[in-house]
Amino acid sequence: MKILRPVIIFLGLIGAWQIVVLATGAPHYILPGPARVARALVARWPELLGHAGVTALEILLGLALGALLGCVSALVIASFRPARRWLLPVLVVSQAIPVFALAPVLVLWLGYGLASKVAMATLIIYFPVTAAFFDGLRRTEPGWLDLARTMGGSRSAILRHVQIPAALPALSSGIRVATAVAPIGAVVGEWVGSSAGLGYMMLQANARMQVDVMFAALFLLAVFAVGLYAAVDVGLRRALPWQAEDAAG
Amino acid sequence: MPNQVPPQSSSPSPAPQDAPAIHLRAATLRYGGRVVFDALDFELPAGRTTCLLGPSGVGKTSLLRLIAGLAPDTPQGTKGGVVDAAGRPVAGRIAYLAQRDLLLPWLSVLGNVTLGYRLRGEARGRTEREATETRARELLARVGLAGRAEDLPAQLSGGERQRVALARTLMEDRPVVLMDEPFSSLDAITRFELQALAAELLAGRTALLVTHDPLEALRLGHRVQVMAQERAGAPARLEPALEPAGVPPRDPADPALLAQQAELLKRLVQAKAAGGA
Repeated sequence: MKILRPVIIFLGLIGAWQIVVLATGAPHYILPGPARVARALVARWPELLGHAGVTALEILLGLALGALLGCVSALVIASFRPARRWLLPVLVVSQAIPVFALAPVLVLWLGYGLASKVAMATLIIYFPVTAAFFDGLRRTEPGWLDLARTMGGSRSAILRHVQIPAALPALSSGIRVATAVAPIGAVVGEWVGSSAGLGYMMLQANARMQVDVMFAALFLLAVFAVGLYAAVDVGLRRALPWQAEDAAG
Repeated sequence: MPNQVPPQSSSPSPAPQDAPAIHLRAATLRYGGRVVFDALDFELPAGRTTCLLGPSGVGKTSLLRLIAGLAPDTPQGTKGGVVDAAGRPVAGRIAYLAQRDLLLPWLSVLGNVTLGYRLRGEARGRTEREATETRARELLARVGLAGRAEDLPAQLSGGERQRVALARTLMEDRPVVLMDEPFSSLDAITRFELQALAAELLAGRTALLVTHDPLEALRLGHRVQVMAQERAGAPARLEPALEPAGVPPRDPADPALLAQQAELLKRLVQAKAAGGA
């Protein structure tokens, strides 16, 4: 049932899509049916796969870079009180600027290639990771800290052996959120200006009224995003076997 | 004197010879506007277990945390931390056992018992680490958890977790042991077993046991002291220490002990009424 459920959900969504197409009688250049999109997917497969690879690389690089920067920032903010006072407000204010508004600037600065999309994905991932990890580091069970202090642990030893492991479940939920939003950053970057990627392909297809190709690209993007989320989720669960107990408590 | 744990020929952690006496003189502690205690004198005799009783919120835990170096700010009269009778600081010579087991869920039982060594960066070398782990396994066997060293805390029952916490406390092998209601969340049978075990393993150390249970205090304490307020809001004071006859762990069926328990209960009820709780 565990493997069957996603299959049933997938088939259900395809069925609903087909019903909407039949019920509304929408023309194929507005809403193509699943069969038409499947044909486009097969016909343009090598091209789609190439662009999907570019987008996947942008997402993965952005995820790695954003998670890394987020972890480092959270550690710095949590460890040094002055850093907390000066950096935390900056971090919060930076979130008031919509990342999408920055996309044209990033493309202007970093060009049409990979860098501007990775930067977009990094920016969008950075905040949830930083916020979640910092929160986890700050909320260490006070009893654990008391115990570690009576044992004579230095601040850095307590951080390493108690606070960081204790914050990993919080960090993992931050990474889950980041994984879910990472594709947005990459695709928005591609829409603003690019020479490759699924977003680029969708723009090209849109200009040529190839709506079925647009949907095929969208379908691939969704499959990749869901697959990535599932992989990250399973990986985090395996890495932190104790956190199920934490969630229950 | 019935003893629940069979005596063993070789103790894995012989009691240290240098257990200090601790004299707290004119200790003052304030929380916000409230004076928890003021000019309090408190004594922990060397190598003896002192039990501290009193109504909830009277300041027993605060006093223990003060000695443990966990008080929020350095209170007056204890500048530079609490010192022993010889004037040496007690910081670094204490082991702490709280009401909750405080086991780290991501570490195995063995990892939890040896946590102090990892935090201090001790026993890094291979032979040293193996010696430390051997001692930890011996202590786990002493508390009845042989063969559970690789389990995660989530796989243990509440009583087993508190046994691990006791083993962790003893692993630190400190001359001073501070315990804050360590057995209060356990069922009666487990509590009874762990009390006997603790009394045996704490022998020769300077120990402070904060408890709500007069019977526990009378079983385990060389000295029993009641902390109380004269009236609501007044600073807490210590009543004269009671020194029951015999050596802990005492037989809870002893009529003299039961009479003392009734007497202590009466004093605690009076103290609670005076404190306006």
